[in-house]
Amino acid sequence: MPAVQETIDQVRLIDVDQYKYGFETEVEMEKSPRGLSEDVIRFISAKKGEPEWMLQWRLDAYKRWLTMKEPAWARVSYDKIDYNDIYYYAAPKKNPAPKSLDEVDPEILRTYEKLGIPLREQEILAGVEPQRRVAVDAVFDSVSVATTFKEELAKAGVIFMPISEAIREYPDLVKQYLGSVVPVTDNFFATLNSAVFTDGSFVYVPPGVRCPMELSTYFRINEKNTGQFERTLIIADKGSYVSYLEGCTAPKRDENQLHAAVVELVALDDAEIKYSTVQNWYPGDAEGRGGIYNFVTKRGDCRGKNSVITWTQVETGSAITWKYPSCILRGDNSRGEFYSIAVSNGMQQVDSGTKMIHLGKNTTSRIISKGIAAGRSENTYRGLVSAHRKATGARNFTNCDSLLIGNQCGAHTVPYIESKNATAVFEHEATTSKISEDQMFYCQQRGLSEEEATALIVNGFVKDVLQQLPMEFAVEAQKLISISLEGSVG
Amino acid sequence: MADVTLMKTPAETALAQAFESAKTLLPGNVESRAQAFELFTQRGLPHRRVEEFKYTDLRAFLREIAPFASAPSVDEAKAALADAKALAGIEALQVPFVNGHLVREAVDFHNLPENVEIVPLTEALADNHDWLAKLSPVKWASENPVYQLNTSFMADGVMIRIAGPVETPIHLRFVTSAASAVATATRILVVVEEGASVTLLETHESTNGANHQPNDVVELIAGDRTNVQHVRVNAEGDRALALSTLAAKIGGEAVFNSINVVAGSATSRHQVFAVLDGENTNLRVNGATMLKGTQHADSTLVVEHAAPHCESRELFKTVIDNEATGVFQGKIIVPHHAQKTDGRMMSAALLLEEGGSMNNKPELEIFADDVQCAHGATCGQLDEDLLFYLMARGLPKKEAESLLVQAFLGEALEFVENEAAREALIGTVEAWLKARS
Repeated sequence: MPAVQETIDQVRLIDVDQYKYGFETEVEMEKSPRGLSEDVIRFISAKKGEPEWMLQWRLDAYKRWLTMKEPAWARVSYDKIDYNDIYYYAAPKKNPAPKSLDEVDPEILRTYEKLGIPLREQEILAGVEPQRRVAVDAVFDSVSVATTFKEELAKAGVIFMPISEAIREYPDLVKQYLGSVVPVTDNFFATLNSAVFTDGSFVYVPPGVRCPMELSTYFRINEKNTGQFERTLIIADKGSYVSYLEGCTAPKRDENQLHAAVVELVALDDAEIKYSTVQNWYPGDAEGRGGIYNFVTKRGDCRGKNSVITWTQVETGSAITWKYPSCILRGDNSRGEFYSIAVSNGMQQVDSGTKMIHLGKNTTSRIISKGIAAGRSENTYRGLVSAHRKATGARNFTNCDSLLIGNQCGAHTVPYIESKNATAVFEHEATTSKISEDQMFYCQQRGLSEEEATALIVNGFVKDVLQQLPMEFAVEAQKLISISLEGSVG
Repeated sequence: MADVTLMKTPAETALAQAFESAKTLLPGNVESRAQAFELFTQRGLPHRRVEEFKYTDLRAFLREIAPFASAPSVDEAKAALADAKALAGIEALQVPFVNGHLVREAVDFHNLPENVEIVPLTEALADNHDWLAKLSPVKWASENPVYQLNTSFMADGVMIRIAGPVETPIHLRFVTSAASAVATATRILVVVEEGASVTLLETHESTNGANHQPNDVVELIAGDRTNVQHVRVNAEGDRALALSTLAAKIGGEAVFNSINVVAGSATSRHQVFAVLDGENTNLRVNGATMLKGTQHADSTLVVEHAAPHCESRELFKTVIDNEATGVFQGKIIVPHHAQKTDGRMMSAALLLEEGGSMNNKPELEIFADDVQCAHGATCGQLDEDLLFYLMARGLPKKEAESLLVQAFLGEALEFVENEAAREALIGTVEAWLKARS
């Protein structure tokens, strides 16, 4: 059966012509020379006041990148990107490194106000409604313009700062972990990012510490002809816990802008990282003009035993999405989770999914993915679950549904399931009842239909995490997860 | 991604030489062979960077090309067929091939059952027979390098036309008896006219364990309201590298039911390309694969629902013992207009021992919004609880395992309509399990 009306209406609410964040901020910007060269990389590195080793790291990456070919395996098509026609660095001219909020250009502050991102700590504290507090790192094009609650977090021992600052202040930590999850040579876009990354967040949670508040980064692309290359590194030391949220928007433009980020997560023994994304980059117009090319490498390393990494993503934006948040389950008993809702409208193309790589003993992973394609969009789920020789007792459960609205769009599923261990048990959408027969029974006993019960249980997983989203944009996410996948095609 | 191959591997060079020397000797039009070989050469032997061959790297598996087999003498052929065991004893019209060449003496062309017409491919090619135009009905196959190699080298085969209901099954029996490794390339075309029905048995075996390299293609064009039952058995020797393709184009309100049972070959790859070309057609493609030692078996499947209101069911079961590797790649394609499609694809693998591997890739490509497509994949060990239950009732472990494996593979076999064939397949499973314990 086709999609139910309620779903169609809800998807319509976030159609490409409904994009709310498409405004532009008039700020005078300082940019690197157009194009990519060693000089540009030196320029970026100098702007950030980086030590020599960092510059060297970037230059090595650049040399490597020159030898690499852009990947073509994803089910997306786009005009060739001219990497020499982009500005790799753009920062507000007036005080690119403000010491406090008072020094930040009021135009930029207004931008974040409009986006609904709280940057003033006292405002948050004096909020009419009792809100949960969120520390925000606001990245505007190539620089972080404000990071809130730094002092309070520091009291708990949590380091939360722009990565360019961390390179200067905590070089040892950065050196130890940067590139340890996503190696410089990992893939075309990650290597490019390693050469030219500008800002992003750095988080370190010391052993045994439960981070006292949510951390978040809000990425905003503003300037024309630029690309954003952010780099985020989160380290949860033994027994610690951190929840991190990421949001992104960009102005409406006819040009395509490149966003090639790298996110690395490291969870040591007994640590837990929750990483949530609400990706709402400008998706282009109904005819497919403009929009962000979102080529992102996100990977978490469950390095320690009993560690947990959870990826939650709500994807509604970008002209093209190429993104596979993954978990390397190295530590024994570690767990990886991936919850995703990807809605594509207009001419959007999404090729997204996850990789769960089971290396350690008794590692478990769960993948819940929902893809909704409307308009003339293409929505592909691409996922890998693999168990290596030593991953005794590994377990995976995958459930991916897709729904089409209209017959101009496409929904595709490309799962790879590779097992090299006899004791590994992998189930890819075997049956819905496999979610948990007990839970299903319980729900059905109380009068819910099988469909309702499944929806409740599947949504339950996702809601659990998404309800934690404190920001304005979370409202949309909440709406999205309640979307019925009745009539899903498989 | 089509990588440009500048350097030819020794096997590719050998293939090019073999084609040069064979092309004028092979029957029929050189042109079409050369075209196919040119297409093959453009990309060369597929390797793991080629998505469709990600898990079966032919460049690595095919390091040396065996010489193409010549036709056997009548006595040789007789001896080879006398030894043939696969699906033996089932009453059927025998169409035997030895070393990739049709044994004409064994087929009474003038006394065929009602509604059956058979033309040897060599004759058809030499006479430029009308039916040749029907070859290559499925584009997915034509784009495939294994199929292209077959088109380049096909030395023999038959074209069968089924004009109405045929009771007696037709048994295409392939036996390789050459003492040392040979390569063979056979092509079968079966045209089933509107309203006709037939059962096709297809078996592949060798009288010795040499590392033969068969490449077999069966093409089927089934009209509206046809019913075709197809049972294929790969019982090649333990060192064979067996490549095979089934390309089927099925009309409306038809039934096509095909199963491939793998019980032999060091390396095998069976590709099914099926296009459902008329409404309300019912397709079932099953696979039952038994692997041991370091065997490698690949089942690759593309089902295109080119018409609305069709139903397809794909069930592949793989049992992996020792350090063997199983591969399943399936893809269901539903274009915009194929509304009300109902497709279900399932691959299940059992790993009996540490060291085995299974790679599953059940893909869906859907463009229509009112369809149902499901795909599933599982892999794991035998259920401990079930084993315990059986052992608690006094069965030794191996026996308990055998029983469970039989039940597991049985699910794929139970759709075989021909009772004698089904029994024989169950016998094959039992024999495999017996050899194991």
